[in-house]
Amino acid sequence: MENLHFLTRFDYTLIIVALGAALLGTVSGALGTYAVLRRQSLLGDAISHAALPGIVIAFMLTGSKTPLILVLGAAIAGWLGTLIILSIVRLTRIKYDSAFSLVLSTFFGFGLVLLTQIQRNGDANQAGLDDFIFGQAATMLKRDVLTIGILGGFALVIMLILWKELKLLVFDEGFAASIGFPTRVLDILLTSLFVIAIVIGLQAVGAVLMSAMLVAPAVAARQWTDKISLMVLLAACFGALAGVSGTFISSIAVGIPTGPTIILCATVIVGFSIAFAPNRGLLWNSIRQHRNRRSLKIATAKLIGAAATKNQIKNDTRPS
Amino acid sequence: MQVPDAKAIEVTDLTVAYRETPVLWDIDLDVPPGVLLAIVGPNGAGKTTLIKAILGLVRPAAGNVLIYNKPYDAQRRIVGYVPQRGSVDWDFPTNVLDVVMMGRYGALGWIKRPGKQDRELAMQALEKVGMEKYTNRQISQLSGGQQQRVFLARALVQDATVYLMDEPFQGVDATTERAIVTLLQELRENGKTVVVVHHDLQTVTDYFDWVTFLNIRRIASGPVDDTFTPENLRETYGGRIAFMKNR
Repeated sequence: MENLHFLTRFDYTLIIVALGAALLGTVSGALGTYAVLRRQSLLGDAISHAALPGIVIAFMLTGSKTPLILVLGAAIAGWLGTLIILSIVRLTRIKYDSAFSLVLSTFFGFGLVLLTQIQRNGDANQAGLDDFIFGQAATMLKRDVLTIGILGGFALVIMLILWKELKLLVFDEGFAASIGFPTRVLDILLTSLFVIAIVIGLQAVGAVLMSAMLVAPAVAARQWTDKISLMVLLAACFGALAGVSGTFISSIAVGIPTGPTIILCATVIVGFSIAFAPNRGLLWNSIRQHRNRRSLKIATAKLIGAAATKNQIKNDTRPS
Repeated sequence: MQVPDAKAIEVTDLTVAYRETPVLWDIDLDVPPGVLLAIVGPNGAGKTTLIKAILGLVRPAAGNVLIYNKPYDAQRRIVGYVPQRGSVDWDFPTNVLDVVMMGRYGALGWIKRPGKQDRELAMQALEKVGMEKYTNRQISQLSGGQQQRVFLARALVQDATVYLMDEPFQGVDATTERAIVTLLQELRENGKTVVVVHHDLQTVTDYFDWVTFLNIRRIASGPVDDTFTPENLRETYGGRIAFMKNR
């Protein structure tokens, strides 16, 4: 009865929003596995921040807020940002972290400047664009969810088709190249999949926090399994869970932003996994350590005991 | 396919540079088929780079590499590679059998997944390196020697004619070292060519029949009996090799 009441109160809109959040959580969770295993977690941050000016420019050029157009603008800018980072690292002596923060803040800053500019010019149609900074899932419409579903589904299908190639690329790039796989092409492809996973979540989660959706579910999933297929599956589930629960919690009261709530839900999953997962979890570790220490103590005591007895016998039998 | 006295590997005028610094300078190297060759030289001599250049993994500034008279791209099916153990993250979520099966990916090509036959080949390779009991073991739970054996098994699955191995003895215990040497010598008996980056000068004469001294330039290369001389050692390692005189 309680549930039914809940459903009728929020009904259609909420279901649409939750569906969108679940979809983007699934996609970013699954693909995030590769980012985490490749130690490219920062890449998501660069992509999401760099995407902001792309969204604004796409709107300025077309005057339209059609999700596909905005997402396309985001993807192009996100890609461009990543490309610039990789080129800086390859062509200069500037290190990764510096290149990352340089590009990330420049692009994001540029996006903010453009955004304030069009807000001041009083184009009423621009309202809602600033949702892309912190995310606003509540404004998600059916066409947004459709866009997420199609693009995300496409990315997941590519991931599944190239399962073996991507796994090899992430585990041992040198070996992959030696047996003839074009690792540069695969690398670009994988980065493109990251770009898709990021840009489809920008509206709901926001540019500032979206990269956490790439990282958090995968980090949590790694705690529970030692098998990459299971890790991808679990990360997808965790991502969806975070998306849905975040959406529901933020819908309870007016003014709770969805993006941060989704990220907090993901963080709870990560925290729980790090604490309680078997084998890798902290609790498990400390139990194991405690046990080891105790059995070591017993073993040492036995050894000392045995040695003492032996000495005793020696001393007793030694002629004085 | 093999011309009677074809060279298994032929490196001509190979120069590799990182930025302005040459890592390999004008290397000429002929490896005859069916030898077990050690590449020795001090740290930073370019041993790993030479292996990678032969495999086309680093782009040379100049020079040419041929495998049985053809460029590497045309011959990669007959070349097996064992990278340095430390070059991958052993905490990667996968198991022993899966890593060994990666040796079949080249033959499988794009998209196609490994099947029953690939599994059997991987199992055979694991038996050869004495790791058949560890098939489903997480790779993070392997010792250094076991990791090395897994990498060797992956190369064996490639069923190559020419093998390039980067420090297969690095960080392994005496038993594993013995087992690996036996395996390498077996490969040679079967007519394979095996090139090994090696660090331990004490064992060169016992394990290998061919040796290449490398220190940015190629100092010398040939059968161990004529080539493993104090002069070549001194020229390769400078004064740091005084203890070798007692041999």
